Amino acid sequence: MLEIKGLAVKLEEEDKQILKGVDLSVGAGSVHAIMGPNGSGKSTLSYVLSGKGGYEVTAGTATLDGDDLLEMKPEARAAAGLFLAFQYPVEIPGVGNMTFLRTAMNAQRKARGEPEMSAGEFLKLIRAKAKDLKIDAEMLKRPVNVGFSGGEKKRNEILQMAMLEPKMCILDETDSGLDVDAMKLVSDGVNALRDAGRGFLVITHYQRLLDHIKPDVVHIMADGRIVKTGGPELAIEVEQNGYADILAEVA
Amino acid sequence: MASAAAKPDLTEARLATLNMPDGASEAREAALGRVRAMGLPTRRDEYWRYTDPASLTQANAPRAAVFAPPGEVPVFKYIDRLKVVFVDGVFSPEKSDDLTMAGLEIGRLSDALSKDIHWAREFYGTLETAGQDPVARPLAALNTAFATDGIVIRATGKAEKPVALIYLHSEERSDAILHHLVRVEPGAEVTVLEVGPAAARFNEVMEIDVARGGAFHHVRAQGRDHERRAVTHIFARVGEDALYKSFTTTANGVMTRNEHVIEIVGDNATAHVAGAALGDGANAPFHHDDTVFVTHDAVGCESRQVFKKVLRNGAEGVFQGKILVKSGAQKTDGYQISQALLLDGDSSFQAKPELEIYADDVICSHGSTTGAIDEEALFYLRSRGVATEQATDLLVLAFLAEAIEEISDEALRDDIRARLEEWLARRRND
Repeated sequence: MLEIKGLAVKLEEEDKQILKGVDLSVGAGSVHAIMGPNGSGKSTLSYVLSGKGGYEVTAGTATLDGDDLLEMKPEARAAAGLFLAFQYPVEIPGVGNMTFLRTAMNAQRKARGEPEMSAGEFLKLIRAKAKDLKIDAEMLKRPVNVGFSGGEKKRNEILQMAMLEPKMCILDETDSGLDVDAMKLVSDGVNALRDAGRGFLVITHYQRLLDHIKPDVVHIMADGRIVKTGGPELAIEVEQNGYADILAEVA
Repeated sequence: MASAAAKPDLTEARLATLNMPDGASEAREAALGRVRAMGLPTRRDEYWRYTDPASLTQANAPRAAVFAPPGEVPVFKYIDRLKVVFVDGVFSPEKSDDLTMAGLEIGRLSDALSKDIHWAREFYGTLETAGQDPVARPLAALNTAFATDGIVIRATGKAEKPVALIYLHSEERSDAILHHLVRVEPGAEVTVLEVGPAAARFNEVMEIDVARGGAFHHVRAQGRDHERRAVTHIFARVGEDALYKSFTTTANGVMTRNEHVIEIVGDNATAHVAGAALGDGANAPFHHDDTVFVTHDAVGCESRQVFKKVLRNGAEGVFQGKILVKSGAQKTDGYQISQALLLDGDSSFQAKPELEIYADDVICSHGSTTGAIDEEALFYLRSRGVATEQATDLLVLAFLAEAIEEISDEALRDDIRARLEEWLARRRND
């Protein structure tokens, strides 16, 4: 589903290479985790895939079901089924959460040539999904992420994911800033979306999140490359011994 | 000294095109005297430093095409209201509703000034005259001298629905001068709506007296004709425990100068004035000037000025706002914010916020910002599938929200928001 080959990326503003040839293939129905120390390029990978400005792709390709992601605008990538759950969800004062989600949903549907969802249908759907994530009506009415706690912001990301039903979900350090209960709530939300037709790329520092969202494949990223790939046991190794052993081994 | 010599010429050239109507001749003659003494404004006047008044003062109105996009929903269409229609500044009895409503006395200015309606004759021009100090407002005096018509409202109770002044524009060189009088008696309440361009060039004055415990609400949507020009002055006097709220939205217009002169004279009164402007210089130049002067002359009063402008394609925005707190006006709470969102590098915003405070126990704050669209927010919206143009419009509406929130009535607030959304969507899809 998501195919990344030899992806090399530098910062647009300065001559700093962040990704140095990333190869990654995430198939439908599978959950891949990327772990790695700070500054290894994990978040950059998620931003480049979703189309954030400020980066320049110097080599390589990234496709979603064969379509060239790197040629598409961010909104087209979203309509094609890519979703990034932000590490730091953005606050948008003045835009109601519901308005935001309904606009996004209908924009994607329109882009795909599907009929827009009526206000009634939308309301019914969002109420059901919000309930599962313990998001109350008040939170839905408030401006996007404004005044939300860290946990509320992350739950709101998962709500968007549940509503938009993307094919390929990238979670960028969704566990950061979450307490144990919130982590469980968020993980349950993600697990509920696991499906034979959907791929996940879970970026995290810690194995803890992977106790809840069990990955099929674990990659270790360091200095802009994926340096080791294995099963869930790789995450446990990181948890016990840190990255130093693995990095020394592949160096 | 060229300008000093030019002023009388400019003023007399304008006056030569006007005839003084009947009624309130003393007030009109006195106003004419003020116009001649002050002279019509030029760019050299400090108060007109950021806005060139030439097209507002020239002898005849510049041409303005009528803008009537097919299928556009008129502002306030879905609001239950008493319609008072003017076409090119001329009252239209056929298009208007019957001017009667419980809780209100309502009539035409031209009738009120010649008939024996004492309060209107005595009130006419008084707040305009008082508002000439400390800053001269010659175009308002010109209005008092030559206004051909207007509406006169006296609220004696709670009006059952809003009075909507609907200003249609049909002639390409129409030049309208309207003067409205509103008196809200103690404990009474009325909402006045205004919508439309009125004419190619429009000079409007509204004098509003809100007595003790009264409430006056004003929601205005200025016309969408690209080439229209308008200079408006609202003079308000706000009494004890009274509420005064005014909101204006402006989309399009080659020249708009909206002056607001509010004097708070009774204790524990509230006065809010807000504006939301959407300026796009693509089809015609856009220049929009909000000039506000709020005087606190009583104890424990609150005033708010909230002005937002969204500017693109060379659109120009101006804000001049002053809060004057007189020496006895303790416990004053004054707030002023003016903000511009510049969607490109061609557009400009100039702000001159001023505080002048002679009391020692007050809270007054003011702020002014000029900024671009928030790139982080834009990317967040795009990452959810909302294309740049639509995402920008969402952020534009969010930016204007604080001003729109100043409209107390939910139905009116929703109506204004819906029209703004529609105008933005039309622009996006055209």
